[in-house]
Amino acid sequence: MEIENRPDVYSGRELDRAEGAEIERMRGAITQPLPEPSDWIDEEEIKKNILLTTVEKMVHWGRHYSTWPVNFGLACCAFEMISLAASRFDLSRFGMELLRASPRQADLMIVAGTVTWKMAPTVRRIYDQMADPKWVLAMGVCAISGGTFRESYSVVPGVNCIIPVDVYVPGCPPRPEALMYGLMKLHDKVTSEDVTHSLKIPLITTGKRAKI
Amino acid sequence: MTVALWGKGVADEISKRIPGSVASSDDNNVVVSGDMLFAVAEFLKTSEFAMDYLANLTSVDYLDYFEIVYHLVSLKRNHRITLKTRVYDREKPAVASVVPLWRGADLQEREVYDLMGIAFEGHPNLKRIFLWNGYPGHPLRRDYL
Repeated sequence: MEIENRPDVYSGRELDRAEGAEIERMRGAITQPLPEPSDWIDEEEIKKNILLTTVEKMVHWGRHYSTWPVNFGLACCAFEMISLAASRFDLSRFGMELLRASPRQADLMIVAGTVTWKMAPTVRRIYDQMADPKWVLAMGVCAISGGTFRESYSVVPGVNCIIPVDVYVPGCPPRPEALMYGLMKLHDKVTSEDVTHSLKIPLITTGKRAKI
Repeated sequence: MTVALWGKGVADEISKRIPGSVASSDDNNVVVSGDMLFAVAEFLKTSEFAMDYLANLTSVDYLDYFEIVYHLVSLKRNHRITLKTRVYDREKPAVASVVPLWRGADLQEREVYDLMGIAFEGHPNLKRIFLWNGYPGHPLRRDYL
């Protein structure tokens, strides 16, 4: 049914007609439900679609391509981290663009900036709230050692005083490329880890329990 | 651009209304005595000066005395003036709080209290802001080591 004097704000009437025609075509084509996939996928197709690999490779692949950082910046280094997440440097090509607002969903903590003693309990708490396995990247000289403010009365001399750090990225601030290089180093670390060690489940091998 | 008022002219106006409150003045600043600070600030806010906005509040340690600096701006009249006051007591320096006049002074007075150790009488929540409870001394004082 045509409505007269309808303003063409969003789309032309041709688009509406095409949509209607497509819906009518689909409605007319239905005669019976489609069969289940198991009825029509044959054995050859299954062979082509299943890959065999080790648990370790699978876990490494999953972990290092979805290391979600916690959305957390302390000082000016955070802006370099933000630009890494934005389109020019594009963190999402590593599968890391989801800066989680909740530490419970995050795997990586990028400590971007100066840690003051006033902030130290909060940093520690965010780290404690993150679920295992978790990694920490210290970004910039302030997070690494206190930097310019090392002798100051209010600055933690290196974030490794309060939480364990996996990767250090020096610079004041480090350029996004440097942080990206640090993240790739972290990927190397993640993929070279013994996953059975970090699973913390006793594994049974050749009759006796594996060392944990 | 906000017009900077002539300090001596403002000082004259203040002296007419609140005699004896102005300690000194020059082209840019008005220095008032500590015990009349609140009255002067109230006058500047409510009079035709209409200083409705406290842009900045900070303090300086000159060893002989502390100077507390107020940068006042009138958004209504588009002019500004720098108001100062001096505290000579190093042991227990205190000055009246201007939080009742400008709510924005709240955090800035807490910062001055934390780092310089100047108490603001009448402040609703005077406690340390950058440092933690139990920190010894006030680190922005020039004799702090």
